[in-house]
Amino acid sequence: MKDFLFLFRADYVEYAKRSPEELQSMTKKWMDWIGGIAAQNKLADRGNRLETGGRVIRPGNLVTDGPFCEIKESLGGYIVVKTTTIDEATEIAQGCPVYEIGGSVEIREISVM
Amino acid sequence: MEETGLLPHLFRTEYSKIIAVLCNHFGMEHIEVAEDIVSDTFLTAAELWGMKGVPENPVAWLYTVAKNKTRNHLKRHHLFEKKIAPDLRYPSADTGTDIDLSTTAIADSQLAMIFTVCHPSVSKEAQIALALNLLCGFGVQEIADAFLTNRETIYKRLKRAKEKLREEKIAIAPPTVQMVAERMEIVLTTLYLLFNEGYYSVSGHHPLKKECCMEAMRLCLLLLGNPLTHTPATNALMALMCFHASRFEARTNSKGEVILYEDQDTLLWNKDLVEKGIFYLNSSAYGNQLSKFHLEAGIAYWHTHPEDTREKWEAILQLYNKLLMLEYTPVAALNRTYALAKANSIDEAIAEAEKLQLTDNHFYFVLLGELYAQLDPEKAKTLLRTAKEVARSESDRQLIQKKIAELEEKP
Repeated sequence: MKDFLFLFRADYVEYAKRSPEELQSMTKKWMDWIGGIAAQNKLADRGNRLETGGRVIRPGNLVTDGPFCEIKESLGGYIVVKTTTIDEATEIAQGCPVYEIGGSVEIREISVM
Repeated sequence: MEETGLLPHLFRTEYSKIIAVLCNHFGMEHIEVAEDIVSDTFLTAAELWGMKGVPENPVAWLYTVAKNKTRNHLKRHHLFEKKIAPDLRYPSADTGTDIDLSTTAIADSQLAMIFTVCHPSVSKEAQIALALNLLCGFGVQEIADAFLTNRETIYKRLKRAKEKLREEKIAIAPPTVQMVAERMEIVLTTLYLLFNEGYYSVSGHHPLKKECCMEAMRLCLLLLGNPLTHTPATNALMALMCFHASRFEARTNSKGEVILYEDQDTLLWNKDLVEKGIFYLNSSAYGNQLSKFHLEAGIAYWHTHPEDTREKWEAILQLYNKLLMLEYTPVAALNRTYALAKANSIDEAIAEAEKLQLTDNHFYFVLLGELYAQLDPEKAKTLLRTAKEVARSESDRQLIQKKIAELEEKP
């Protein structure tokens, strides 16, 4: 079994403007999707959501508010999934509700140090 | 109570109490002394009560005899120490020759005993066997019956566990903040398993199984009585047990066969226990730790509502989602999928069920069979037949056969 990090990116600022009912129904879809991964015993870490704000620090202690100053898509959260191959992880990612808000999932194998 | 039934009853209720107090007095390294004294006390009772009749207050009689036997033991012990081993003094022998068998002392000793039994160095299996033996007064044969195994296995398991307690010099002491921090999770899990052993084990109808559950609830109440162990999770576990126990009378018929939830007579559900469960569930809602007991108690709460509403199943589905994120178990995975069928749709549930691939679990095929019952009765029957082949107990096979027969009756 390998661990794969799922990174969820979307325009969360735009997303937050939706009606409470829409937001509630999206939350349910997320919970059902992650619950489904957990039910297959393939959830290694239920991860976290990330707040929209943040800071980026660059060489020379250059600090900017971000991380979404140039591109609208920002990192909204992550989970860790355990599967034998990246194809299996990809298949799981295909059910993610993030696409309904125009977002994306990036899958990265975790290399254990 | 009949005279013949009195002694076994007292053995069940008093044995573990006196053992706990004596162990507290002597220390766990002398557990066999405590066991000898209590067994001897009950032996004396069996002999004398048979000849002279039952004393007016049998419990007080047992306590007095246990106290006397302890005093005599300590005197002999003291003599031995003075004459033969003057340098090998046990400090416990100096703490006085009278043991305290008051209600408070018993509760304190049993609470201390729970934490001793749940020491991390004792294996999980042994913890439950020890709990049944030392905290609930179950004999080797009874534990063997509950675990569906033989006397020898349990005897060895208990012996090894007690040796372990001695070897590791595990003290019996009232729980401290540190002990609670380290062992509380094991303590609650042991009580949870103790309850489940009685509630779900497949060993058929056995009066002991109900007692197993009652004992788990009694010990949980003991934890709630101490400010250190009165935690949100303890309250949640108590709530869970109350909700499950409320269906005790409804879940088996007079022949001891299991009656499934949807076929139960809801009039037999115990409303008092449901009320108590709600009380403990409300009491569990503080702090910032959401334990698996909170989630399971929440699910059990919804199951006290017989109505098949979408609201109910949506709530259950979300609780199972959270439970699985916290800890995976095949049972939770299967139950979640059932809730998914009720809250979302059968099609979605079938797709999700097929991903589970729990092919060595008969409940997996039962679930699939149920999901296909409307869509494709032939397929459902085939799935149920597979379930029957995979099932390991006769009562499970009977239940599955019943389901197959129901499908065959339909046109």
